[in-house]
Amino acid sequence: MPETIPPDSVGIVTPEMAVFDEPLHLECGKQLDSYQLIYETYGELNADRSNAVLICHALSGNHHVAGYHSMEDRKPGWWDSCIGPGKPIDTNRFYVVSLNNLGGCNGSTGPNTTNPATGKPYGPDFPVVTVSDWVASQARLADSLGIECWAAVIGGSLGGMQALQWSIQFPDRIRNALIIASTPKLTTQNIAFNEVARKAITSDPNFHDGRYYEHNTYPSKGLMLARMVGHITYLSDASMGEKFGRDLRNQAFNFGLLDVEFEIESYLHYQGERFSKNFDANTYLLMTRVLDYFDPARKHGGNLAAALKGAKCRFFVASFTTDWRFSPERSEELVNALLEAKKQVSYMEIDAPHGHDAFLIPTPRYMDVFSAYMNRIAEETKGAS
Amino acid sequence: MRADLEIIREWIRPQNHVLDLGCGDGTLLAYLSEHKQVQGYGLEIDSANITQCLKKGVNVIEQDLDVKDLSNFKDKSFDVVVMTQALQAVRHPDIMLEEMLRIGKECIITFPNFGYWRLRLYLMQKGRMPVSRTLPYTWYNTPNIHLCTFKDFEALCYQKNIHILNRTVVDNEHRQRWFNKVWPNFLGQIAIYHVTR
Repeated sequence: MPETIPPDSVGIVTPEMAVFDEPLHLECGKQLDSYQLIYETYGELNADRSNAVLICHALSGNHHVAGYHSMEDRKPGWWDSCIGPGKPIDTNRFYVVSLNNLGGCNGSTGPNTTNPATGKPYGPDFPVVTVSDWVASQARLADSLGIECWAAVIGGSLGGMQALQWSIQFPDRIRNALIIASTPKLTTQNIAFNEVARKAITSDPNFHDGRYYEHNTYPSKGLMLARMVGHITYLSDASMGEKFGRDLRNQAFNFGLLDVEFEIESYLHYQGERFSKNFDANTYLLMTRVLDYFDPARKHGGNLAAALKGAKCRFFVASFTTDWRFSPERSEELVNALLEAKKQVSYMEIDAPHGHDAFLIPTPRYMDVFSAYMNRIAEETKGAS
Repeated sequence: MRADLEIIREWIRPQNHVLDLGCGDGTLLAYLSEHKQVQGYGLEIDSANITQCLKKGVNVIEQDLDVKDLSNFKDKSFDVVVMTQALQAVRHPDIMLEEMLRIGKECIITFPNFGYWRLRLYLMQKGRMPVSRTLPYTWYNTPNIHLCTFKDFEALCYQKNIHILNRTVVDNEHRQRWFNKVWPNFLGQIAIYHVTR
């Protein structure tokens, strides 16, 4: 809970809801006749609407990226470290828009919202959306806000995939794509981890084929397990070692098989449990599928450079040395395709010990390059207006 | 701008696709982009330099030439590949030169001349590895692990069938002086070569 709002915070923010009645045709062949997207905005849209920045969230993220909803909030938004007055995404200069994606569980239309056709929650009937569908829905949100072209679309991890997809899908509506700790496609190992997470959820007896809402129950054990596995992939061996080592909760071994003995066990249990209380299991399944399917090169015979041919924006790609979920090699795969396609691109491999989570942590060099790039965008935006 | 960069920029044609290996703070690429509509990339490993490039709007790729080769660049994908004052610091200058000529149609290379008369005099008089303003390091901490003279470089070009399109020399202040041209291997401090296959 903040006692006072820090000067570099966007302060108390209130989400808004955008409702769309025009059907959205999805990649899977189905359509959503109507849907709503919950979003937040910070900063001021300038007169020629050229300073808008879209933030795309990752697997478990949402629209609340910065500031506080109330003075009772335990923590600010999930990317508060990078968004606010004087921060890399400077709200004194940019108009920041962030939303909860379709299929999410924080207010946008998703498995836990009511299906107008049945009057019950969508549950497993919610269509399997893709990054491309998300980008299409985000474009409609941009239309409703009067934003013709984003100064930048920015995201880490799965968020970076959306920024990449924007550059391909709407080349005239994006001037910069910032793709951080991301990848142009999942590796086999990434998909394997996702499958473990899905299996953990679907084999929970409370899952009921995804219709747990109707049974007034919840597969919290399965979701907890899924998150525990996921969480391990977000951290590096070194950062886990640094934080927990081989520390025991009670100095000595218990010689029991069922007790929580090591501190890391206790931490994972805590993280998993907390997450399972605040997240929807069907959304988790959906998000892992969105990740699995993302592969813009697929329609071009696996040639990523060909997929990027029509892109017009500048690209900022950053990876972190200890990220083994989406390792620097995955970012380099994207960078090499951008080089081959002769696109404007800058790439940094940032030395940080935190693994995949490093994209959320304001380490000095990360903040330096992020700020330098964003400042350049702000100056060009000012020059254009 | 450094005089060697002023010379190099004259050798690069408008709208060329340029790769600058060890681009420093991006001065050359920023100039080329502004005045010659050149689209290019710089490779750099120094974090302060990379930030400067980003501030200038120069495309910069963090890539260590000694750790990673240039295999991520396709054959003849650039009109010109530039390497200023770095060839003497890479682990395999001969392989580097081959690689530069593989990915670029032309290459521009600058390096300090170890045959410069003051360096020769230093070694002869003191019997120790020369330390100068151009080469300010001692033997054990120098990044310049493959120093050569103009003659050495040209011998390598001859051996590898590399065609020298143009060459010039400048002094420590990167100025072109008439006497440098008379006896470059003795009087020239910094060599600038424009080569192709």
